[in-house]
Amino acid sequence: MTTPLLVFFVLSALAVIGAVNLILQKHPIHSALSLIVVMVALAGLYLLMGAEFVAAVQIIVYGGAIMVLFVFVIMLLNAGVEEHTSLSKLAGPPGLLLAAALAAFVAATIARSGASVQAATQTGALSSTKGISEMVFKDFVYPFELTSFLILVAILGATVLAQREKS
Amino acid sequence: MVPTNYYVILSAILFGLGVFAFIFKRNVITIFMSIELMLNAVNLAFVAFSQALGKLDGQVFVLFVIVVAAAEAAVGLGIIILIARNRQTLNVERVDLLKL
Amino acid sequence: MHPFFPTNDELGIAVAKIAILLFIVLTVNAYLTWFERKVVAHIQSRWGPHRVGPHGLLQPLADGLKFFFKEDPTPAGVDKFVYYLAPLLALALALTSIAIIPFGPDPIRWRGHDIYLGIAPLNLNVGILALFAITALGVYGVALAGWSSNSKYPLLGGLRSSAQMVSYELALTMSVVGVLLMAGSFNLRDIINAQAPPVGHPDHGMFGWNLWPQILGFFCFFIAAVAETNRVPFDLPEAESELVAGFHTEYASFKFAMFFIAEYTSMITVSCLCTIMFLGGWLSPFPASWTITHYLPSVILIPFGLWVIMDGFRYETIFGRLVLPAVGTAITAFGLIFIVFPHINEFIQAPFWFLSKVLLFLFVYVWMRGTLPRFRYDQLMAFGWKLLVPVSIVNVILTSFVILAKMQWGAK
Repeated sequence: MTTPLLVFFVLSALAVIGAVNLILQKHPIHSALSLIVVMVALAGLYLLMGAEFVAAVQIIVYGGAIMVLFVFVIMLLNAGVEEHTSLSKLAGPPGLLLAAALAAFVAATIARSGASVQAATQTGALSSTKGISEMVFKDFVYPFELTSFLILVAILGATVLAQREKS
Repeated sequence: MVPTNYYVILSAILFGLGVFAFIFKRNVITIFMSIELMLNAVNLAFVAFSQALGKLDGQVFVLFVIVVAAAEAAVGLGIIILIARNRQTLNVERVDLLKL
Repeated sequence: MHPFFPTNDELGIAVAKIAILLFIVLTVNAYLTWFERKVVAHIQSRWGPHRVGPHGLLQPLADGLKFFFKEDPTPAGVDKFVYYLAPLLALALALTSIAIIPFGPDPIRWRGHDIYLGIAPLNLNVGILALFAITALGVYGVALAGWSSNSKYPLLGGLRSSAQMVSYELALTMSVVGVLLMAGSFNLRDIINAQAPPVGHPDHGMFGWNLWPQILGFFCFFIAAVAETNRVPFDLPEAESELVAGFHTEYASFKFAMFFIAEYTSMITVSCLCTIMFLGGWLSPFPASWTITHYLPSVILIPFGLWVIMDGFRYETIFGRLVLPAVGTAITAFGLIFIVFPHINEFIQAPFWFLSKVLLFLFVYVWMRGTLPRFRYDQLMAFGWKLLVPVSIVNVILTSFVILAKMQWGAK
C-alpha cells in the first residue's frame, strides 16, 4: 500500500466516523464538532488531490466561518439535548433505508461507469490557484458577480431577520 | 495513487449519511448541519472529477457551492434564531403551525 | 512523486526541525511573559519581577513550575470532553501556525541536504491561506472553552470572542489582499522576494517594502491582528474587570497554561506574519551596497555580552556569579564568530533582521498593553465593521487601480 492510499484511508475513515458521530450525538455542539472533523478531513483529501486552494478555502470558510456561526448560535440559544418523540423515532428505519438506497444507487452508477473515469488516478499534479483565478474572472465572471449579489442579499436578509422589532 | 472511484464512493457514503441525518435528527440546527454535510459530499465528488479530467471547472464549482453555503448559513441561522425566539424550542416537531 | 510526501531522510530532518522550533518557541514564550511584565512595569514606574534570579530572569521558570504543581480542579457540570478538548485545540493550532513561517532565505548545507529555516515546504503555494485557515480554526478553542465551562462569565467571554474573531478575521483577510496583488502569489517566500529590489533597479533598502505603498493595509492588518489574538485593547473575551477572566475563568493549572502559551504563540505568529507581509521579512532595511551594516549583529551582540558579564559580577548568588558571565561570554563569542567568519555572518543577516522586526512588533504589543484602555463592546464591533473593513476594501480598490495603471502606462 502506498503512502497516499494510506493517507486516503485514514482521512476517509475520519470523515465517515465524523459523519456517523454527527447522527449519534445528542447535543448539537457535539454534532457540530463532528461536522468540523468531517470538514477538516475533506480538506486533507483535497490537499491529497493537489487542490491546495480549495482545501484552504474549505477550512477558512467552512471551518472558520460557517461552523463558527453554528457554534455561536448554539451557544447563544443555549440549545439543550435533542428530544425524540415516538413519531420521530419512526423516521429512523425509513430514513436509513432511503439513505442506503441512495448510496447504493450512486455506487452502482459508479460501478457501471466508463473505464476511463475509474482508471483515472489522482496524481495531485494539477497546479491550481492561478488556473482557478483565471477561470473565475474570465469564464465564470457572470456567475461570480451573481454570487456577490447573492451574498449581499443574504447579508440584508440576515440583518432583517435578526433585528428585534422596535416597540 | 488513489483511484477516483474511492473518492466518489466516499462522497456517496457521506451524502447518504447526510440524508439520513436530515431525516432522523430533530434539532433544527443539526438538520441544518446535515445539509452542510451533503454539500460537502458533493464538493468532494466535484474536486475528484475535476482532478480526474484534468480540468479546473469542478474546483470553480466548489468555490460557488461554498459561497452559496455561506450565504445560506447566514440566512438560515437568522431564521433559526427567530424560531427559537418565538417558539422557545428548536425541535422541528413543535414548529408545525406553518406560521411563526 | 507527490509533492507533500517526504523521503525518509527529509522526514528525519523535519522531525529535528520541529523539535528545535518547538523548543525555541516555548522558551521565547516563557521569556515573553518576563519581557511583558518588565516593560509594563517600567511604563508604570515599577520594577517588575526582580526577586527570582538577577533581573527576575528565573521568574518564567518559577511560573512554569507553579503551573505544573497547582491543583487542577474540574468544576461540576462541565461537558468533560469539550472542556478538556478546548485548551488542547487552542495550543495545538497556535503551535501549528508557526510551522508555516519561513525564517530565512538560504539553506544550511549538511550531508548533501539543503536544510531551509522553517518547517513548511518551499513550494507551499497557499502559505498565507494555510496560515489564515489555522488561525480561523483558533476561534474554537476560546468559544468551546467558554461554552463547556457551564458558567456564565466564561459563556459571555466565549460568545464575545467568537463574534469578535469572526468580525476581525474579515478585516484581517481583506487587508492583506493589497500585498497579495503586489506580490502575485500566496507563497510567503515569494511575498518577501517581491519586496526586494528587482535586478537592475536602484536599491532603496527599507523604502522598497510593502509598508509604504500598503500603509493603509498595514494599519488595518495590525489592528485586526491584535484583535485576533485577543490582546489589549481588544481583550474583551477575558476582560478582568467585567468577566472575572472571561473564557478561561474555570480553567486552572496546566490547562490554563495551555491557553496562556497559545495566546503568546499566536502573538509571535502574527508578528512574524506582519513582518513578512509589510516589513520585508528577512530583507535588510539598508541597501545591499552598505556592506558595513553587515557587522550590525556583532556590534550589538559584543557590547551586550560584555555588559552581561559585568552585570553578573554584581550579584552574590551562584546564578549571578556563574551563569550570567557564562551566558555573556557565549553572546560575545557569537559576536566574534560573526566577525571572524564572513560566511556565517552573511548567513546570519536574514534571520537577524527577521527576528529584530518580530521583536519590534512584540514590543509594540506590550507597549499597547501598557498604554491603551479596553474598548467597550459596541465600540469594538463598530470599529471593526464600520472602519476597518471599509478602509481595507478601499485599499484593495486603490491598489488594483494602481497596478492596472502601471500595466497600462508604466514599464516602458
